[in-house]
Amino acid sequence: MASSDTLTAQEYIQHHLTNLTLGVHPENGFGFAHNSAEAAEMGFWAIHVDTLFFSVLLGGVFLWFFKKVADRVTAGVPGGAQNFAEWIIDFVEENVRGSFSGKNPMVAPLALTIFIWVFLMNLMDLVPVDLIPHLFAQFMSLFGADPHHVYLKIVPTTDPNATFGMALMVFILILYYSFKMKGPGGFAAELTLQPFGKWGMPANLLLESISLFSKPLSLGLRLFGNLYAGEMIFILIAIMYSGGLIMALSGGLLQIAWAIFHVLIITLQAYIFMVLTIVYLDMAHHTH
Amino acid sequence: MNINLTLFAQMIAFALFVWFCMKYVWPPIVTALADRKMRIAEGLAAAERGHQEKELGEQRALVLIKEAKTTAADIVAQAQKRANEIIEEAKNDARDESGRVVAAAQAEIDRETNRAREELRERVASLAVAAAEKILQKEIDIDTHRGLVDSFAKQL
Repeated sequence: MASSDTLTAQEYIQHHLTNLTLGVHPENGFGFAHNSAEAAEMGFWAIHVDTLFFSVLLGGVFLWFFKKVADRVTAGVPGGAQNFAEWIIDFVEENVRGSFSGKNPMVAPLALTIFIWVFLMNLMDLVPVDLIPHLFAQFMSLFGADPHHVYLKIVPTTDPNATFGMALMVFILILYYSFKMKGPGGFAAELTLQPFGKWGMPANLLLESISLFSKPLSLGLRLFGNLYAGEMIFILIAIMYSGGLIMALSGGLLQIAWAIFHVLIITLQAYIFMVLTIVYLDMAHHTH
Repeated sequence: MNINLTLFAQMIAFALFVWFCMKYVWPPIVTALADRKMRIAEGLAAAERGHQEKELGEQRALVLIKEAKTTAADIVAQAQKRANEIIEEAKNDARDESGRVVAAAQAEIDRETNRAREELRERVASLAVAAAEKILQKEIDIDTHRGLVDSFAKQL
C-alpha cells in the first residue's frame, strides 16, 4: 500500500472500488472521472475503461490461444497446448451433453467462452490488489495526472456491468430460443398456464415472470457478489500491510490463505455460470 | 459500481467472443477430436482383426507343418526304397558283370589252351619227325616213310 500516508483506510478502499470512468461530466466536460462521486454524476453515458480493457484483453488471450490450437489441430498425437485445449473442450462438451438435450451448435462454444472468459477475468483477482493499479498510477503521473485520482480495477467481474452484460446476453438467448422453439403461443402458454392451470392465469404469470427474470439477475448477481466480496477481502488484507511488522506478516499469511481458497471460488463461479447458462438454454429449448 | 454504457459494450464484446469461438475455434478442435476417436476405434478394430488373423495363420501353419512332416516322411521312405533298389540293381549288375568276366576269361583260357595244344602238337610232331628222322636216317629213306610219319603225327 504505497500511498498509505496520504489515504485513510476508507479512502483506500474507496479508491480500489472505483472504476476508471470515461464520460461526460456535467461540469467538467468530457474526460476521466477524478473520484467516485464524479463517476456517478456522469450517469449512464460513461464507460469503465478498465473493465472493458481487461475483459477484452482476457477474451482476446482466450481466443488467441484456442485459435492457435485450432489452426494447428491434428487428429494425431496432440502437442502440449492442444492437449490442454482438448482437456478443457472435453470437459465443457461433457457438461453440455449432460445438461443440454436439444440440438444447437451454439451452446457448446457459448459454454466454453463463458467458462474460460469468466475464469480468466476472475483470475485477475489473484494479482496483488495494488500491483497493477499502482504501476498504472505511476505511469499516468508521467503525463501529469495526480496518482491519487487515477483509478483502476483490474478484475472485470467485480464490475456489475461485466457480469450483467453476460447475464443479459444469456437472457436474450433464452428469450430468442423460447420464441423460436415454442412459438409465441407456446411461450405465452408456458408463462400463463402453469403451474395452476388456466383459471390461475394472473398468479401463473406472476410466478413464471419472477422465475424468468430471476435467471439473468441471479446469474449476474452471483458472479458479481462472489468476486466483489473476494476482492474486498483482498483489499482489507492489503490494509494490514501498513499496520506494522506483525500485522504485515499476518497479512501476508492471510493473503496466501485467502488466495488459495479463492482459486476454488473463481473456478467454481466460472463453472456455475457456464452450467446455469446451459441449463437455462436447455429449458428454453424444451417444448411441453 | 455504476451501471452505464459499459454494460452494452460488454454485451457486444461477449457476443463477438461467442461468435468467434463458434465460428473459428470450436469446429476444428471438435472435428479433430471426433477424427481421433474414429482413428482409435479403427486402430482397435484393426488390432482385433490382426489378432484373429494371427490365430488363423498359426492354425494354418500347424496344418502346413503336419503336411510337410508327412511329405518328408514319404520322401524319406521313397528314398530308402530307391536306395534299396539301386543297391539291388548294382548287385545284379555286378553279378552279371562278374559272370561275363568269368565267361570271357574262361573263353580266353580255352582259346589259349587250344592254341597251346595246337602249338604243342606241332612241336611234338616236328620233334617226333626230327627224332624219327634221326632214328630213321640210319634205316629208312625219308621219302618212302613220309606217309607213315604224317599219319602218326595226326594221331597226336
